[in-house]
Amino acid sequence: MDLHFTDAEVTADEKAAVDGVSIPANANGTRRSYLLPILHALQNHIGWISPGALNYASRALDVPPAEAFGVADFYGLFSTRPQPPAVAHICDDIACKAKGAEKLCSELEKSHGPEGSSKDGETWRRSPCLGLCEHAPAALVHSAGKQHFEQSLASAKTESIRTALQGTAVPQPALAASVPQLGQPGLKLLRRIAQINPESLDDYRATGGFVALRRAFAIGPGAVVREVVESKLVGRGGAAFPCGQKWTSILTAARPRYLVCNADESEPGTFKDRVLMEGDPYAVIESMIIAAFATGCEQGYLYIRGEYPLARRRLEHAIRECRIRSFLGDNILGHGVRFDIELRVGAGAYICGEETAMLNSIEGHRGEPRNKPPFPTQVGLFGQPTIIQNVETLLNVPYIIMEGGKAFAAVGTERSTGTKLFCLSGHVAKPGVYEVPFGTTLRQLLNLAGGVGGSGKLQAVLIGGAAGAFLGSKDLDTPLTFEGTRAAGATLGSAVVMPFDDTVDLRQILLRIASFFRDESCGQCVPCRVGTVRQEEILHRLAAGKPLGSRPNELVLLKEVGQAMRDASICGLGQTASSAIESALARLPVFEDKR
Amino acid sequence: MSTQNAPDMKTPVPRGPLPILPPPRPRRMVEISIDGKAVSVPEGSTLLQAARSIGIDTPTLCFLENLTPVNVCRICVVEVEGSRMLVPACSRQAEPGMVVKTDSERVRLSRRLVLELLASSVDVSTAPQFQEYMKRYGAQPERFGDAARPAGNRDAAQPGHHHAPENGNAATVAQPVKIDNDLYVRDYGKCILCYKCVEACGVDAQNTFAIAVAGRGFTARISTEYDAPLTDSACVYCGNCIGVCPTGALMFKSEYVMRRAGTWDESKQTRADTICPYCGVGCTLTLQVQDEKIVKVTSPLDQQITNGHLCIKGRFGWEWVNKK
Ligand SMILES: Cc1cc2nc3c(=O)[nH]c(=O)nc-3n(C[C@H](O)[C@H](O)[C@H](O)COP(=O)(O)O)c2cc1C
Ligand code: SF4
Ligand code: SF4
Ligand code: SF4
Ligand code: FES
Ligand code: FES
Repeated sequence: MDLHFTDAEVTADEKAAVDGVSIPANANGTRRSYLLPILHALQNHIGWISPGALNYASRALDVPPAEAFGVADFYGLFSTRPQPPAVAHICDDIACKAKGAEKLCSELEKSHGPEGSSKDGETWRRSPCLGLCEHAPAALVHSAGKQHFEQSLASAKTESIRTALQGTAVPQPALAASVPQLGQPGLKLLRRIAQINPESLDDYRATGGFVALRRAFAIGPGAVVREVVESKLVGRGGAAFPCGQKWTSILTAARPRYLVCNADESEPGTFKDRVLMEGDPYAVIESMIIAAFATGCEQGYLYIRGEYPLARRRLEHAIRECRIRSFLGDNILGHGVRFDIELRVGAGAYICGEETAMLNSIEGHRGEPRNKPPFPTQVGLFGQPTIIQNVETLLNVPYIIMEGGKAFAAVGTERSTGTKLFCLSGHVAKPGVYEVPFGTTLRQLLNLAGGVGGSGKLQAVLIGGAAGAFLGSKDLDTPLTFEGTRAAGATLGSAVVMPFDDTVDLRQILLRIASFFRDESCGQCVPCRVGTVRQEEILHRLAAGKPLGSRPNELVLLKEVGQAMRDASICGLGQTASSAIESALARLPVFEDKR
Repeated sequence: MSTQNAPDMKTPVPRGPLPILPPPRPRRMVEISIDGKAVSVPEGSTLLQAARSIGIDTPTLCFLENLTPVNVCRICVVEVEGSRMLVPACSRQAEPGMVVKTDSERVRLSRRLVLELLASSVDVSTAPQFQEYMKRYGAQPERFGDAARPAGNRDAAQPGHHHAPENGNAATVAQPVKIDNDLYVRDYGKCILCYKCVEACGVDAQNTFAIAVAGRGFTARISTEYDAPLTDSACVYCGNCIGVCPTGALMFKSEYVMRRAGTWDESKQTRADTICPYCGVGCTLTLQVQDEKIVKVTSPLDQQITNGHLCIKGRFGWEWVNKK
């Protein structure tokens, strides 16, 4: 391309950061997909993405600098302006808000000044959910430099944040603390978590690892797809689409085909995929190999959110080991099967969890969802047929291969088969990830988790995340299945179960949800880009007791905005941006004139 | 810029497409129903084309015949039986048996809301078509309350962060006009983010890629890299972005200056087509003339050489004609 550049020059350090990202010689048509890794390298090593560095990167990838800037400026974790090298991202999202996040923020404001201001090379910022909700309040600290330092802080305290900002590691709770059912019989997806060394391939093999892969090779791709169809497995990422139907639909499609594992997990209150990846990384890889073998994909991408440094390191390690031991590569275990995985790291954008936005993000474009149809199985990554599957969905596949689709389908209900992971946080006695058969009711699950925490008096439960719905204490016997939650006017979403006790000001929670959608809208379509802003403003007026006209008037306005977002938005973000808020207004006495 | 003498541009020519392409291969027909009427359209037609073929005027903001549909404004949405959401008519292809409603309550509500959301956040005073749509759908943007104070430098917003709304007032995209060259101005307080200029500057016409969308959410905006002035950017001043902008956010400097001075008067303007005299390509120019002076140059969308797009000479070369 004949590109034009401004005069801004690259520094030697920036050049080294960009050149440090290796681009395969045969990248050709996929060259631009190295933009995201290069931007990460600059952010991590330099602390921001400067005009000179961007020019250099754009030249290397043959991308117009205006477009590269549009990409860099899309992500919350990148900075296109100079900023202090050490940044603390403080989660003030719903679970953390209920557990003291505001106190942390005001303490930081005292010591460091308002959000974004710079003091001694340090700054802090509020952040949406960091996926550590079971240990709320949470934080993530980055310190840029040649020795880039990053650390998640679970149960963050002002002290631990200060220590991490100085570049000193702070000990973190063991993974066992996230799995209250640890050691109990009957666990499938969770059975290895905190029981094996997640870095050891031998531990993995000693606990049944790669047996399913060998069996898949033995029975052949057709039989694998058949078992998955019979299992009636549906996607765990939120959209609940039948997995077998997706796989079947790609079997006659053109090649090459791609497999993408969706590990972006950014729905507020969700952390199950993080626990799986931190505790059982080889299982993620084995599941991807089986899926790729069954559907004829030779290249995989694993897209993990940037806020999960530990999970990322474990997966990087596991991928390296698997290559060495011939579980990945041109001839897997001598079976003539070719498959490899590239890791892609997100950079602070909830929308990139939407499957088509994820494809754009991998390709080095802005994470804007694509219009459907065509669906990714027809036109996906680099324009080729693509299967996209959530981490938890994939981890069911080895079990389906081992026990058979029929046996898998025998667990749970007719339409929700198998076991399900739930993310319990907020006011619950024992927060963490729980695995239960589908059909378990909300009450049973809360009891399993030790009951309502905090004051012990339940006010409401958020189900399914910010894109989900609130249930009240009357709804506790709702079965937590896809069909059961739907019948209750809710959605299972990403299996968030977040109770709030009666001391929580639900108005603040609703305002935070509204603010989340406004921040995370990609900005492409009008109903969502402006609708999420107007929704937040209406809630602010209601919360302040200063409605425009009258309260009923505001409620009509809110409803109309909600309907336009649901009906006319391009993707699921806009389509669900009003659902939790509307459910709260319908079921709970929020914003009612008590005075 | 060169100082060569401008050739005479005022030679009128007949308007219309040049007969150069052979007639297209006949395509299979698809039968659908729109608002209760049976419609038959060639395979691959969009619902917008189908609706237009029976005289239904579907509003569009981000669609233009000579650009790839981006389907972002959502004003063209229609109801398709069996589909949970409304679908954008401008890009959704007709499938056999589709039952489409283009004027149901649901459709009207979404269209009205799109207009209200935009008009409450963007200055649409120089967008006549937009205002006509507002009348048609009874849009009342003032329902969202007073405009909030302008939000500081929109080009410096950090994605994923915003300040809590002040008094619950309606946030807008109001900002200072960008005037950094002699040919055209960028008044992004009037931008509805239809992506048309980006498409025209990119693969759909100009292949220059001087501008792109930056930021995210409500702070998403059209920008050069790091908001560099156009004079430092890749811009070649073809003006194709101005030609496609539906709101006057991109405006000839001449028009901008005249509007500021209060001398812009469309009732006194005439339009005449001519062939651009600068080179052998033969682009059709539509000259907009007021008080014996060319004030603006466009090219007809249905012109097969230009598809509505021009280069700097055709678009701005008249500046020398006026100076003669
Ligand atoms: C705004 C938005 C965010 C999403 N985030 C995620 C996510 O973080 N992880 C995920 O697996 N799916 C997410 N999804 C759902 C994906 O689009 C897609 O349906 C899913 O990855 C398919 O995999 P599955 O069938 O295995 O669930 C999201 C969808 C939307 C609309
Ligand atoms: S609904 Fe929101 S997030 Fe989705 S495409 Fe539209 S603006 Fe982007
Ligand atoms: S004038 Fe032409 S080159 Fe310049 S921004 Fe507009 S379309 Fe791009
Ligand atoms: S400047 Fe004009 S053409 Fe470009 S996005 Fe804004 S409104 Fe559309
Ligand atoms: S980590 Fe704070 S809400 Fe999830
Ligand atoms: S005209 Fe169809 S979405 Fe804009």
